[in-house]
Parts: sequence; structure tokens; C-alpha cells
Amino acid sequence: MQALRMTLCAATMAVAFAANAAEVEVLHWWTSGGEAKAAAELKKMLEAKGHKWKDFAVAGGAGENAMTALKTRVVSGNAPTAAQIKGPAIQEWGDEGVLASIDDVAKKEGWDKLLPPVVSNVMKYKGSYVAVPVNVHRVNWLWVNPELLKKANAKVPTTIDEFFATAEALKKAGIQPVAYGGQPWQDATVFESVVLGVGGADFYKKSLVQLDQNTLKSATMVKALETYKRIKPYTDKNAPGREWNLATAMVINGKAAMQFMGDWAKGEFLAAGKVPGKDFLCVPAPGTANAYTFNIDSFAMFKLPNKDAEKGEKDFASAVMSPQFQEVFNLNKGSIPVRSGMNMAKFDACGQESAKDFQATNKKGTLQPSMAHGMAVHSATQGAIYDVVSQFWNDDKMTAKQAADKLAAAAKVQ
Amino acid sequence: MTSYNGPAQYGFAERWLPRLVLAPSFLLTLVFVYGFILWNGYLSFTTSRLLPNYEWAGLAQYTTLFANERWWVAVKNLFIFGSLFIGGAMAVGIFLAVLLDQKVRQEGALRTLYLYPMALSFIVTGTAWKWMLNPGLGLEKLVQDWGFTNFTFDWLVNPDMSIYTVVIAGIWQSSGFVMALFLAGLRGIDDSIIKAAQIDGASLPRIYWKIVLPALRPVFFSTLMILAHIAIKSFDLVMALTGGGPGFSSDVPATFMYSTAFTRGQMGVGAASAMMMLMTVAAIVVPYLYSELRGSRNG
Repeated sequence: MQALRMTLCAATMAVAFAANAAEVEVLHWWTSGGEAKAAAELKKMLEAKGHKWKDFAVAGGAGENAMTALKTRVVSGNAPTAAQIKGPAIQEWGDEGVLASIDDVAKKEGWDKLLPPVVSNVMKYKGSYVAVPVNVHRVNWLWVNPELLKKANAKVPTTIDEFFATAEALKKAGIQPVAYGGQPWQDATVFESVVLGVGGADFYKKSLVQLDQNTLKSATMVKALETYKRIKPYTDKNAPGREWNLATAMVINGKAAMQFMGDWAKGEFLAAGKVPGKDFLCVPAPGTANAYTFNIDSFAMFKLPNKDAEKGEKDFASAVMSPQFQEVFNLNKGSIPVRSGMNMAKFDACGQESAKDFQATNKKGTLQPSMAHGMAVHSATQGAIYDVVSQFWNDDKMTAKQAADKLAAAAKVQ
Repeated sequence: MTSYNGPAQYGFAERWLPRLVLAPSFLLTLVFVYGFILWNGYLSFTTSRLLPNYEWAGLAQYTTLFANERWWVAVKNLFIFGSLFIGGAMAVGIFLAVLLDQKVRQEGALRTLYLYPMALSFIVTGTAWKWMLNPGLGLEKLVQDWGFTNFTFDWLVNPDMSIYTVVIAGIWQSSGFVMALFLAGLRGIDDSIIKAAQIDGASLPRIYWKIVLPALRPVFFSTLMILAHIAIKSFDLVMALTGGGPGFSSDVPATFMYSTAFTRGQMGVGAASAMMMLMTVAAIVVPYLYSELRGSRNG
């Protein structure tokens, strides 16, 4: 009923604004099933406002291809209305002087109140909103196959020590404890969850967000690195190069018991017809129940040549932040809405827990941007950290102390 | 029409037509190859990050590049891969060509068989070999299933050996092509020379080693040029086979350049690494070209 009312309302607005119709071109890489459905929803909403939607979808490479296409367009002076850009990359694009402010929309709709400050800071360049957030993925999850744990008589781990106890029990029972994909970004994903578990949110923030040299070289970091490496004997030999979804499939099919991965993994479980809480469990990565590393997709807004186009841009921003889109999109994508005060009834248990923890950790100050997913540091620094973490994981001759020193050196790469 | 002058018109066309027809491709090459080389060269001296800019940075990007451990791994890998790939593909290709040159039956079919890998793109080759070399899926599992349970072949997932898997796949892909080039060369050699050598009592290996192969110097030259540039710009094979991994152990300069310039927002460093690749090619090719071209002019 409410959807109908919204549509009617939008239709009336469409008549009112028909004179100001603009073409809204959006670069994104939502091309897979659920994501494409969500993008179509956005298109419908904008068309209801009388704008013309021009799809600029570039598939593949987790957005790498899209970024290359975007650079070409921006360099040739023909920027799209908005593009899927996230994290500190928004600042990098801001530095290039190509982003437009959408402060008036944000003020009117009170975004400052709807978004946690750690999130809104990411969306702002020099104090004004240049980007609009779409969703929140939690990165510090551990995905568990409860049936295998039962077989090994092990319990779901909540602390690091319990995790290794469970892993040992599984190994003894002849079950592979951890499904692992050996790609640099996955290495970094697991690593940051371990850092968060070993050192806590403050330590995580100091080391991987603020890149404090002394913290990176500290004994706690060495311990985190050692803990991270302790996971390796519980993975299989074929892990190098494995895609994350193949690792998830191992947990789904009962070939391995646990996986560290963000909540996009949930989509794989659901697609396989598994029920959260029964066939699979989502628990915070060991030792990180009180913290939350987020990965937020967002659209950055580009400077446009005329007023009509700017109107389209603002309507687009407002549509993305609307409760209606936030719900539809996130139900399809497996993430949770970024704006507060949403009704989470339609979401599954994992989504509801994620939303609850998102608000709770925001109050506690343990809500932190994910380094591995380009939310915390510049892409050059992130790449350098990836290199160290991956090398440490793969090279059995490197000590944790050496790796910590290398991390500190990588943090200086700008 | 009375002033129409046949022969002069013909002369004009003859003089200008080739230039006119060549002009577009000449122009395109000038802009898109040499122009962009210069542009890239300039970018490598700027502070370019996400997008190109023109703020002069001197040699800062090169300093950053040379301080990067991953770059040196990539350079080392290029030399390992380059030398083994060129040497291996040459050796296997020549060997196959000599065997096929022995007037074997069904030569046409065999030739096609060996040449087929060349018809595949490196992406396909890389993916196929990735599966074959995967310890849990391919060769190692096969041999273990046969009963040799101690057999291990885990180069693909071993950071110390991963670059050699790229060599294997590269040789598999390119040796058929080398074979075709040399076979064509072998067929061009005058039979009477070989017969004369046979009469003098030379053994077959000796004939090939001392007479036939030295006569194939131009074929060597062109094969080397082709293989060398495949080796230096190799990107797709590495991406498909190992993805530069495990870690960055099988990174090569081309994949390094791609990730710095396009995914890590370090376009200046990427440009600098591309210049280093260009200079590596130039350092190998220019002296060789020079000596070859001068040699042929004198001879």
C-alpha cells in the first residue's frame, strides 16, 4: 500500500517536474542477478520523477573495469551524473576537482541525522556532501556450517582461543576447518578481522585506519600477524587464487567448516537454498562481537554542465537515500540500509543482527571502516598493505616481526 | 577535357597514391604509438595519481618505483620467464620442426596439431593450465589417484615456483608457432647442400647443427623478435594462470604497471614502470636490429 502511495506521489511529482527532465547517467557494476534487479528499481524511481535513466553498467573486475572507463570519460570532459565510488577514493576524486556538492539535498533531508558520523565523513569532501551511500556490508563475519561443528563436537567460536580450539577439533575429526581463498583482497579481509579480534577496535583504528607507525610496529601487531598465520595450517593447499564464492561453496557443501568473509557471502548461501540460523550461521569474527568493520557502497556526484542536469543529479541522490530504495536494494543485495530508523522486519536474521550491531557499535565508537575494502586508506596505501599481508601469508620464511616492519613501511606509501 | 593529359595523370597517381594510402596508418601510428609513448614518458615525470596531471615531479616516481620490492620481483620474474620462455619455445619448436622435416607420413595433420595452441588466446591457455596444474584438481591429483600417493607437483601454489608454471604454459602455446616458422625455413633450404654434406659423410645431426640451422639465421632473428615482445608484454597469460600470485610472486612488469596505474591510483609510478619496460625492450632490440640490418646491408 505504501509503495503504491509512493508511486502515486512520485507520479504527481513527475507531472510537476516534467519541464525539468534530465538525463541521469549512472556508472555502476551491479550486473549480477539481485544487484541488477536493484538497479532497475532505481531506474523506475527516477523515471517516475520524469528523468531519463541512462545505464552505464561496466561489468567485471569488482569495479576495476568501471574505474578505467570512468577515468576515460572524466579526462575527456564528459563525466556521467554519478558513479559508484567509495571510501577515500571519493577524496581522491575530490582532489581532482571533478565532484559536485549536493549539500542542499542533504540539508533538506537531514542526512547528518540519518547517517553515523563515521559514514557521513566518508561521503563529504572538504565538509560538503559529494556522495550518497547505498548500503552497509559488514566485513567481520565468520560463516559457519553448524552440522560439521556438531560432527566434530566443537562449539561456535566467539574468541580467538575458542576459534583455534574449534579448528583443532575439526581437524582431528578429519574436517577441513577453514575455507580460504588466496587472493590479496581476501588475505587482507581475513587479516583485518584478526587484527580487530586480537587488538580491539581502538588498536584497529590506530593501525589500519590512522596508520600510526608505532602501532604498526608494536608487539600487538606482531601478535596479530602471528595469529593470522596460525590459520594457515587449517586451510587447504589449493587455496591460492581461489575465488571467494568458491570458498563459500566449500562451507555450503560441507567441505570446510568456516569462512571469514563479508556479508556478500550470505547471497551464496541463500542462492543455494540454505536457511540462516539453521543450515548456516553468521557470527562476528572471533573476538570482534563488539566491533563492526563496514564496507559501504556509494555514488559520487560529478560536476555537470547545466541546471537541468544538476536537478536530475539531486533527484537521483534523494532517490538513493529514500527508505523505499534502501529497503528494496538491500534486500536484493544481502547488505543492510545505511540510514537509521529503518524497519528491518523483512530482513533475515543475519541482516537484523548486522543492523543492530551497526547502531550499537556506532554509539560505542567501535564502528570502523574496512581497510581491505577501500574504506579506510588511499588506494596506493591499501595496495601496499595488500602486498605485505599476501606476501607474509604465502612466504613461510618471513617472520611476523619482519612483516610488521614492512607494514609500517607500506603505510608510508601515498 | 581537352586539357586532359594521360601520362602526367598516371605519373601523379603513381607518385602520390602509395603515400596517400599509407598516410592514414602512418599518421595513426605516429599519434597512437609514438605520440602516446612521449605522453607516457612525460607523465612519468609528473605527480599524476588517479588522473593524469602535469605538475612536474622530476624523478620522484622513479625513486618510488625503485624502492618498491614488488617491482624488483616483477623484473626478476621477467628475466626468468623471458629467458626460459624464449629458449624453451625455440628449442622445442626447432626440435619439432626438424622431426617433421624427415618427410613423415601425415605431416599436414601433425603440423596442424602442433599449431593449434597458437589459435587459442593466452587467456584460454592460462585458464586451462590453471586447472591442469591445480594440485587438487589436475596433474597432482591424477597421479596420486593412480597410486603414487607421494607425488607432489604444487608449483602453481608455491610462491617460489609459480613463475615457472607461466613458462610451461607459454612454451606449450608458442612452440608450435616456432615450429611452423622453422619448418618453412627448412623447406627453403637447397636440397643439394644437404646431399653434398651427406656425400662428404656428415651425420644427420651434424648436418642440421652445422649447416641447416646456421642458414636459418633470418628465421632465428624474426622468431626471437616475436617471442621477445610476447615475453615482455605478457599480461593475459599471467593474469589467467596465476593472477600474479600466490601473493605477488609471479608478478611481471606488465601486471605491475596495470595495477599501479589503473587500480591503485599511482599513475605516475605506472608510467615510470612502463618507461622502464620500453627501455628494456629497446636495450635488447636496438643493438640486435642494428647489427642485423647493418650486416645484411654489407652482405
